[in-house]
Amino acid sequence: MSDSTIEFSPAAAALAEELLPAALEIIARYPEGRSRSALLPLLHLVQTEEGHVSPNGVAFCAEVLGINKAQVGAVATFYTMYKRRPTGEYLVSVCTNTLCNVLGGQEVYDELSEHLGVGHDETTADGRITLEHAECLAACDYAPVVTVNYDFAVDQATPETAIGLVDQLRNGERPTPTRGARICSLKDMQLQLAGFADIRDGAVADGPAGAPTLRGVTLAQEHGVAVADFNPDTPITKTKPSPREENRGKVATVVDKVKGAVSSVASGHAGKTTRAGDVKDPQTRTAEQRNPDASTPDKTGTADEKKPVPTNAAEAAGAASNAPAGDGKPAGDTERGESIVSQEAAKRKPAGTDPNPGWQNVPRGEKEEK
Amino acid sequence: MTQPRREVLQKLTPVLTKRWLSPDAWKMDVYERLDGYAALRKALDVHPDDLIQLIKDSGLRGRGGAGFPTGLKWGFIPQGDGKPHYLVINADEGEPGTCKDLPLMTYDPHSLIEGAIIASYAIRANRAFIYIRGEAVHAARRLRNAVAEAKAKGYLGKNILGSGFDLELVVHSGAGAYICGEETALLDSLEGFRGQPRLRPPFPAIAGLYASPTVVNNVGTIASVPYIVLGGADWWKSMGTEKSSGPMIYSLSGRIANPGQYECGLGITLRELIELAGGMKPGHNLKFWTPGGSSTPLLTAEHIDTAMDFEGVAAAGSILGTTAMQIFSDQDCPVYATWRWLEFYHHESCGKCTPCREGNYWMVRTYRRILSGEGTYADLDTLQDTADNIFGRSFCGLGDGAATPVMSTLKFFRQDYLDYIEGRTAPRLSAKALVGAH
Repeated sequence: MSDSTIEFSPAAAALAEELLPAALEIIARYPEGRSRSALLPLLHLVQTEEGHVSPNGVAFCAEVLGINKAQVGAVATFYTMYKRRPTGEYLVSVCTNTLCNVLGGQEVYDELSEHLGVGHDETTADGRITLEHAECLAACDYAPVVTVNYDFAVDQATPETAIGLVDQLRNGERPTPTRGARICSLKDMQLQLAGFADIRDGAVADGPAGAPTLRGVTLAQEHGVAVADFNPDTPITKTKPSPREENRGKVATVVDKVKGAVSSVASGHAGKTTRAGDVKDPQTRTAEQRNPDASTPDKTGTADEKKPVPTNAAEAAGAASNAPAGDGKPAGDTERGESIVSQEAAKRKPAGTDPNPGWQNVPRGEKEEK
Repeated sequence: MTQPRREVLQKLTPVLTKRWLSPDAWKMDVYERLDGYAALRKALDVHPDDLIQLIKDSGLRGRGGAGFPTGLKWGFIPQGDGKPHYLVINADEGEPGTCKDLPLMTYDPHSLIEGAIIASYAIRANRAFIYIRGEAVHAARRLRNAVAEAKAKGYLGKNILGSGFDLELVVHSGAGAYICGEETALLDSLEGFRGQPRLRPPFPAIAGLYASPTVVNNVGTIASVPYIVLGGADWWKSMGTEKSSGPMIYSLSGRIANPGQYECGLGITLRELIELAGGMKPGHNLKFWTPGGSSTPLLTAEHIDTAMDFEGVAAAGSILGTTAMQIFSDQDCPVYATWRWLEFYHHESCGKCTPCREGNYWMVRTYRRILSGEGTYADLDTLQDTADNIFGRSFCGLGDGAATPVMSTLKFFRQDYLDYIEGRTAPRLSAKALVGAH
């Protein structure tokens, strides 16, 4: 507590001893005067020590943030991931939401529950495993799924594979998860939820993408399907200089020159005067009616139309010294774009080292009838 | 398994999913080699207002479910107001069926970060937050690693690439609450409160995070931005339909041969998607499906040729949502499926408003009774009446989402309910399910 003036109560003192430096680091992530934003990560942090949020944990969070315990308790009890009773070394979650459920998730959960002799949110007597049925874990293409400490551990789970997993965990083994990082204890994992990097060597690299994730993009690659006409040098219509260019701009020239540059942009490639947020669009209209204030500063983008003419000398100077496409050429100069792309593509992709062969499938700059 | 026809294969548009094929695309050097951070360099040479115009021109609409025009949303942020602005990325993916953002953040995290920097520059925000679902631990690991890499490279922090633009980006893990996917509940949660939705107006564009102008965008929306900056609005509009432009990641799950992520131009049909997925599982016939997660009204086999864009799905009486298509067959019971979703909504209701809190409580119990063979005809009226009173009368969309599977199954599959009530279908739940909490 040397680096802080916070006086901790006896209830919070033990946790403060361990966690205060990390807690202050978390608080520093948020804007000044907004330390309460740190509450969720702080509650995760408390669980690294206790495995759940105890009254002492609530006291620590309250005192470090300068709010009262009722405020912390209200938050801690709202979220499912803050456990109110001690947890096991591993948290095993089985998705039983509708899709996983009908594909066998309920059966997996029921058999696992019977095998372990514990129900939802209960821990085995050996302290190894806390079991829970979870709601959709956002991996429906792998249904049914089982996670260990929230990392995807078993895909297309069956009662047999799930029981195999927990048996290994109970024997002190740490099986390799299908798509998550290598398994650590639940307490260790909570440190990452509190926003700290995973310090285990190579853990970030764990977890290959599974076949369902890559199904569509693999299919496209196998059949040579790609989106045509992608040219990364496509110019962006400029109506005024960027702040960066303004900083650079030093030569003050006549406003006429600026106007000339602007009009050349307007007649160029992407310079169509597409009216932003078409006023006839019912969604736009609804949004405006619901929230007239929101559109005041920039009424459906019509304000943009007045913008091309520089309002002061500095802006004029910046605009004058700045060519429309940022490359000394008028906008819409696709020929140059193509040659640059092919050169740059060659630079970007030394032969044989491209990790993504499909990347080259994009026929850049090629015109194709839609 | 059948091979998709050539003309259907041509509908695939690998854009956001393309880097997933590179196993190390989550690393800075590989990402940079695959066009990474090229969009940021390009964007910083353009005035923020011109970037907003570019996104407006592209017709990009929010990928989180509502489909609000992104450029318009950015344009709502008042400029020169002297207040700090914030970008908050909604990565609280939890809508049942939805599984597109997690792989994106896990296998291509830098694309989200690059998009976040460009978006923040456009709306003139110096702080951005990625509110990621707590359970998404591996995606969060990769994201935090990517943020550290971007900082080391000077893409985040002070004076990014000499532009004078500063940005701090924090990856903030949630703690397991579906409701935090609702944007104002998310903001409350990010401020350190219970995740409960706020009354609107004021909208987040005026009073969002810390009562300051805030843009809340979905992961897929922000990750689309670098591609639009590079390829241009016209290229983006070459995919999808006139009003629903661009590619969309369709998440197919359930009774099909090859569940997975299929990125196609908006407007593709379920029939074509099923063809891409190798057809239905042998022995299964399509019975019902969700166009965009369980909160969107269910559709049936007769809707198989509906164009999967914002307008097409709306015309069919549902919502495009997150394009999370859970596909169920004649071997699945719509009553059971709806009950299980309701258990979820009941559990996830934040308790703020009465229709959602109480309505879900009672509907769950009514379903348990029907599924345990104790249902009566009056239960169907009770369900319809309760759903009608939740829909449109709840504080936020969660209540509407809970009511829609009830109303749509009662409309399309009333016979399945009657089969339980009249004893033709064997009870799915034992009588003990009627006692106590789930």
